[in-house]
Amino acid sequence: MAQLKKVIMLGNEAIARGAYEAGVKVSAAYPGTPSTEISEYLVQYKDSLYCEWSPNEKVAAEVALGASIAGSRAMACMKHVGFNVAADPVYSISYIGVNGGLVFVVADDPGLYSSQNEQDTRMVALAAKLPVLEPSDSAEAKEYTKLAFEISEKYDRPVVLRITTRLAHSQGVVELCEPCTDTDKPYVKNIAKTVMMPGNAKLRHVVVEERNSELAQAADTMAINRVEMADTSIGVITSGIPYQYVKEALPNASVLKLGMVNPLPKQLICDFASKVDKLYIVEELDPVIEQQVKAWGIEATGKEIFSLLGEYSANIIRKAILGEDVDAAQPAQVPGRPPILCPGCPHRSVYHTLKKLGMHAAGDIGCYTLGAVAPLQVVDTTVCMGSSISSLHGMEKAKGREFIKNWVAVIGDSTFMHTGINSLMNMVYNNATGTVLILDNSTTGMTGHQDHAATGKTLMGDATYAIDIPALCRAIGVKNVVTVNAFDTALLEKTIKEEQQKEEVSVIITKAPCVLLTKGKKPFCVVDSEKCKGCGLCLKPGCPAITKQADGTVKIDDTMCTGCGLCESLCHTAAIKLVKEG
Amino acid sequence: MAVKNIMIVGVGGQGTLLTSRILGGLAIEAGYDVKLSEVHGMAQRGGSVVTFVRYGENVHEPIVEEGQADIIIAFEKLEALRYAHFLKKDGALIVNDWRIDPMPVVIGAAEYPVDIIENLEKEYNVFSVNATEEAKKLGNSRVFNLIVLGVAAKHMDFTQQQWHDVIKNTVPPKTVDINISAFNAGYGL
Repeated sequence: MAQLKKVIMLGNEAIARGAYEAGVKVSAAYPGTPSTEISEYLVQYKDSLYCEWSPNEKVAAEVALGASIAGSRAMACMKHVGFNVAADPVYSISYIGVNGGLVFVVADDPGLYSSQNEQDTRMVALAAKLPVLEPSDSAEAKEYTKLAFEISEKYDRPVVLRITTRLAHSQGVVELCEPCTDTDKPYVKNIAKTVMMPGNAKLRHVVVEERNSELAQAADTMAINRVEMADTSIGVITSGIPYQYVKEALPNASVLKLGMVNPLPKQLICDFASKVDKLYIVEELDPVIEQQVKAWGIEATGKEIFSLLGEYSANIIRKAILGEDVDAAQPAQVPGRPPILCPGCPHRSVYHTLKKLGMHAAGDIGCYTLGAVAPLQVVDTTVCMGSSISSLHGMEKAKGREFIKNWVAVIGDSTFMHTGINSLMNMVYNNATGTVLILDNSTTGMTGHQDHAATGKTLMGDATYAIDIPALCRAIGVKNVVTVNAFDTALLEKTIKEEQQKEEVSVIITKAPCVLLTKGKKPFCVVDSEKCKGCGLCLKPGCPAITKQADGTVKIDDTMCTGCGLCESLCHTAAIKLVKEG
Repeated sequence: MAVKNIMIVGVGGQGTLLTSRILGGLAIEAGYDVKLSEVHGMAQRGGSVVTFVRYGENVHEPIVEEGQADIIIAFEKLEALRYAHFLKKDGALIVNDWRIDPMPVVIGAAEYPVDIIENLEKEYNVFSVNATEEAKKLGNSRVFNLIVLGVAAKHMDFTQQQWHDVIKNTVPPKTVDINISAFNAGYGL
């Protein structure tokens, strides 16, 4: 294949490139850090493939399945917790296998940069009996994506390409190749393979085990399972990003780098183990490789000296294996800087109002989870996409209507479209009386502004029908649906009080676009220090642009302020004024 | 050449990604192997962010660890203090003399440390610049990061022309002139 040129690419960008070079026809995804950019980078290849934002990962997996059954190479991309949402189809797609190659790209988040848990996708893939490839840099991300499609078609298995945040969000050098053409296959009607009713599934399970066993045999000689023999006093089995840490920390050690982590190459591992004096297994999160290797009776050291938590590094490996400490100064004791709602964020205004009313919020997944952070601390619970609405419902059923009188559910527009709608149907169906706030900022904010079914635009940039959220709520039987400007705190306060009195489900849509959606110069507020009495009222919503000075008066950083006017509306002495032009 | 380790630290939203991409583009144009590690998602929302750039003959690890950084470029001084121990003994610490209070300070739960730059100077090679004020003079406070990068460039082995070329290829076309001016302002300080 002709080599084009060397470029530097994000891991996610390299996966998109790999998909393009593999001749992928259909890709579906729901945004989720650290997987989001794969789909965003795919758009540039839209002349040769179709890609979409689906409302959730289950839908995305099924879209990809359909494309595969029809005979085209297809993939679905998601973060680790999205793989749980997709689990229902995925476990049975495993039985169906593929026609066109089918790949699930799943991004784990060791270290929890932007997630609610630290689960290990390899465990899920093991349970679903899916082959797993794991690249260790951008170049491999591209090559393994292509290989995943080849393995998928050769062995009739959907393949998981497992990445982690560090791979997804690191850039490295990639050599571009020409895309494959003619990857499409004809559709062949085969009810025994594609209708998973008991009689068929029973027989497909046999095929799954046979194909996985063939793949395990082939794994011993697969080029991506690579032995790098050097000094044999230390041998390390590793894969993915930890391989890079091992090479950095132990440049002279012998290494067995696994490109495929399920199924494992048993013979290759046994041979490697027999050639080294001391065998270590270095893998982030769960001991997936280690448990299998030890079950074969091979002596190895892994989680005895390595953590089940967080990311690794070369220093961690030096310390654990060589006992070497880091030669560096002690870190300074400094105040933390946790993530916060941006200056001008419409969620701040909503949370400030809820706090004023003494409300609790059952929260959800998005930027607005940050409503749990001081000084707002309004959000009491956050679990998973859509859970705000259903958990509020559960509270009411447990403790009664009185208990939830000072509670609301808060959920973003994109999350509502993802799985929130199901929970709202449940409230209506089961005679709930709670109030749901849909914080509609017209985008999927946390992941960096992706469109969804209610924004009127597709991933590929086409105009489309924007699902009308108020009409959708009414259609499923919510009688009380009110839309309020998120920055109109007086009206919002009045509306929440009114809706809380009603003995039926209410939905309040607080509408204001994410402040980061519009670029360019924004207005800002200034403080008249003569008028400022230093009462601190404007500091209560926790806007990072406002700081208290030594003399007690406040100052507004005009490089951060966006002129949302929340502080201006709170000021009793009219000391804060909006300036339109800087 | 030994692998060169650079860190860019700051507050989410300050443009650490743009800066690291300029550095990455520069290294690959010069023919090096290069790896960058970035932060996206929730951690980016006004939180403490760190981006790593490593280039040389053959780069494995995409991150820079404690005691290994040749250069730290800090867009905010509290973040300079937070990550200073990542510097090598003879490393250079480039600091934007600019203060952004983290939420624990805003709500009075913590104090913003005093005399950060003076204290850092006692232990490290510090090069400070009030880039945010300098950028305002250029008419766009948001290009402060290119001013800081201009200061850092004096500690690296690339020509001013190489920098200009990669800036042109990295920033949005409409902002090329202002970004080059900002870089030059920092380089000339």
